[in-house]
Amino acid sequence: MSNALATLPDKATARVPKVNYLTKENGILSWLLTGDHKRIAILYLISITFFFFIGGSLAGLIRLQLLTPNGGLLATDTYNKVFTMHGVIMIFFFLVPSVPATLGNFFIPMMIGAKDLALPKINLLSWYLYMAAGMLALYTMMTGGVDTGWTFTTPLSTHYVNTNVLTTGLAVFIAGFSSIFTGLNFIVTIHKMRAPGMTWFKLPLFVWAHYAASILMVLGTPVLAIAIVLVALERTIGIGVFDPTKGGDPLLFQHLFWFYSHPAVYIMILPGMGVISEVISTFSRKRVFGYTAVAFSSVAIAVFGFFVWAHHMFIMGISNYAVIVFSLLTMLVAVPSAIKIFNWTFTLYKGSITFETPMLYAFGFMGLFTIGGMTGVFLGTSGTDIHLTETYFIVAHFHFVMVGGMLMAFLSGIHFWWPKMTGRMYPEKMSQFAAVVTFIGFNFTFFPQFILGTLGMPRRYASYPPEFQILNVFSTAGATILGVGYLLPVLYLVWSLKYGAVAGDNPWHATGLEWQVQSPPLTENFPELPIMDHDVYDYEWLEAKEQAALNAKEVPSVG
Amino acid sequence: MDQISPVIWQFLVKWMTNFALFPPEASKIAPQMDALYFFIVLVSLIGLTIVILLVTSFSILYSKERHPVAVQIEGSTLLEATWTIIPLGLFLVMFVWGALIYFRVYTPPANAMNIYVVGKQWMWKAEHPGGQHEINSLHVPTGRAVQLTLISQDVFHSFSIPAFRVKREAIPGRYTTVWFEPTLPGTYHLFCTQYCGTEHSHMIGDIVVMTPEDYQKWLASSTSGVSLAQNGERLFASLSCNACHNGRADARGPSLANVYGSKLILSNGQSVTADDAYLRESILNPSQHVTEGFAPIMPTYQGQVSEEGVIALVEYIKNLNSNYRVEQTLNTTGLLPESEGKAAPAAQGTVKK
Repeated sequence: MSNALATLPDKATARVPKVNYLTKENGILSWLLTGDHKRIAILYLISITFFFFIGGSLAGLIRLQLLTPNGGLLATDTYNKVFTMHGVIMIFFFLVPSVPATLGNFFIPMMIGAKDLALPKINLLSWYLYMAAGMLALYTMMTGGVDTGWTFTTPLSTHYVNTNVLTTGLAVFIAGFSSIFTGLNFIVTIHKMRAPGMTWFKLPLFVWAHYAASILMVLGTPVLAIAIVLVALERTIGIGVFDPTKGGDPLLFQHLFWFYSHPAVYIMILPGMGVISEVISTFSRKRVFGYTAVAFSSVAIAVFGFFVWAHHMFIMGISNYAVIVFSLLTMLVAVPSAIKIFNWTFTLYKGSITFETPMLYAFGFMGLFTIGGMTGVFLGTSGTDIHLTETYFIVAHFHFVMVGGMLMAFLSGIHFWWPKMTGRMYPEKMSQFAAVVTFIGFNFTFFPQFILGTLGMPRRYASYPPEFQILNVFSTAGATILGVGYLLPVLYLVWSLKYGAVAGDNPWHATGLEWQVQSPPLTENFPELPIMDHDVYDYEWLEAKEQAALNAKEVPSVG
Repeated sequence: MDQISPVIWQFLVKWMTNFALFPPEASKIAPQMDALYFFIVLVSLIGLTIVILLVTSFSILYSKERHPVAVQIEGSTLLEATWTIIPLGLFLVMFVWGALIYFRVYTPPANAMNIYVVGKQWMWKAEHPGGQHEINSLHVPTGRAVQLTLISQDVFHSFSIPAFRVKREAIPGRYTTVWFEPTLPGTYHLFCTQYCGTEHSHMIGDIVVMTPEDYQKWLASSTSGVSLAQNGERLFASLSCNACHNGRADARGPSLANVYGSKLILSNGQSVTADDAYLRESILNPSQHVTEGFAPIMPTYQGQVSEEGVIALVEYIKNLNSNYRVEQTLNTTGLLPESEGKAAPAAQGTVKK
């Protein structure tokens, strides 16, 4: 028995199907005016990759600046703009749309047996809004940038900076609507477009995770929009909602902002968790352990996620009793994440495991997300939060969750579904190498930052006391390795579009409906309406089906 | 939590501090917070080890080579309950332990000495009761509880002393407090940890912890000669506060002698305690805080007094036990109600230019 899962069609005869969603129509307009969720997903994939590398370059500048204690590279003003734009671009233009708008967009309809999302035009509109917002953000960056930090804290953002707060705010505002539309579209689609037999408890966990994230997008993002509008009004006509001299409350802004921005963390991570469920199941050939527990833990995260926002404000003079309540609720939201980690671990138990690239990234996710999650408990614990908040400990914590967690999940998903999206395999050895490089680079970059934070090094500092230098040098060195780890997939994935091996319909022998049709799929996804007559993650059903197909080929039917 | 084996503690903290991997413990709360910190580190390490061990051993035992056919398992309620209840229990322990420490850090003891700190872009200004002013440094004695009353003059700042394990946001328009008891003489970092604009990373300074004797010497050598309360007294006269708040029977404002800490009934029926925050609000926003029985005639001093000026006034009112000196100033300066607002600027630069 070989130690690989993938079986590919015979190299000599295999062809990527001539008719598919990529070849159906040609010309730039057929892309720009498309209603096909798969094409929109590709548009998104290209756009978010573009923004990821802009955000990544800014991260490179940050790490270079911090190589020396007095940071000779950038002026403090420039440094402040760089980390602000790094945050704005990575959060609103990469992390929030990353998995939902690409993989979610592409695969939610296919997984539930639908031809498209319920509202294809709204889907296209949300990409246009995203692009408009992205271009506005870039324009802002080119014309002087903004230096409020991605948190737009008042009264700094309303009264004390002269940079482009309004245009950046507008960009985030528009991007928010893109996100609301995506979430709305997913909710309607999951409710209304499921194929016959596709009951709620036959939905892949990827769909459950997106459903939970969509609720957060639809309910949370409007509050961010309100907060931004209030900042704009305060800045332009001085309405005074956040101004203490006019009877306003500057802390109110932070309540509004974190009411969105904490759930936003789950908007970012939940879809990634969905990817991990699919990948771990497929590469261990097993139904996800405790399917309902994993499904409901997504919903629990979404619900509790709305009631923990003030844990960002423990030291800001909110009532001690409010701190107690929010600290307790934060502990409760940590539990569903722990449940997921253990369920994924036990999915491996008595499985038949192979270690292709998506699985390597998934393992990376589990390790790094566990560290990211546990360090979150340091911060949710009100006592230790006093010392650790606003330091590099926080920076390391959310990078472990967002980069170590979400980005690993995104890369896992991209590799996993690449054959389905393009009809071609990525080069396995090369990509396994890239996965290992990413993992090593990541740990080198962000682990030292936990120690820096414990030592008390504040975040958002352009310079720092000399005794922190060694750890910062480690971090910058790690970032260099990490950069290579991210560049490699772009190169070999583009290469594979032309030279990759033909993938066939279902190289991973995965059970999802998306894998039961040709790769790349037809524009209408399914030649005929699929009927979900088996259970989700039903590997026995798949085996029987594959055996039947094999028999049909070997014994040509007579007559 | 204070009774951790000294040997382990030596290893954990002293050794790590020597290698610049852990901040020094220079306050009474620091070892208590570190005990919780290391408890969570320990739980995290155990949790992470369990996950890594399970993933590794399953990966070896159930690799496709060794275990070609997977066995389908639905799940296990018992296991689900185990990994729901055990983490929840541990998180709850951390929650309770953390809350106890949190309350300690933000509940100053009654006998704490108070120092006012004003944050502004981009410096920290400390006002000692004895009239010592400091910028970007703070001198404190060992063995004494020190309370800081913080406020910001512009944006959010955050006063962070890693060696003490304490941090508190300085907020515009509102006093916040934090306290600590320094234990180890030395010079430690003071950081602003809330991003506050261009020179955020230069809003740093030194916390100088001194033995009580050295501290007394420092106090004597650094005083400006006028205590904070005396400064407040001058301001009280020059802003003509004494014209109304003088304790006379026909005074238009309530007497302020012994008002600090007392319970007041407001004209809207509310009952409030006259603390620092209340006094500050009453100076800047008086129409919202009219004491029962008085007319809402006091003008706002918003924009006329700096935060340091307000602090001096608050400190003065805090220490005001009788109206004797108020009367005196009233008689000597001859300020009458008619001359309100035409007062000369106060000394010591406490009035905003």
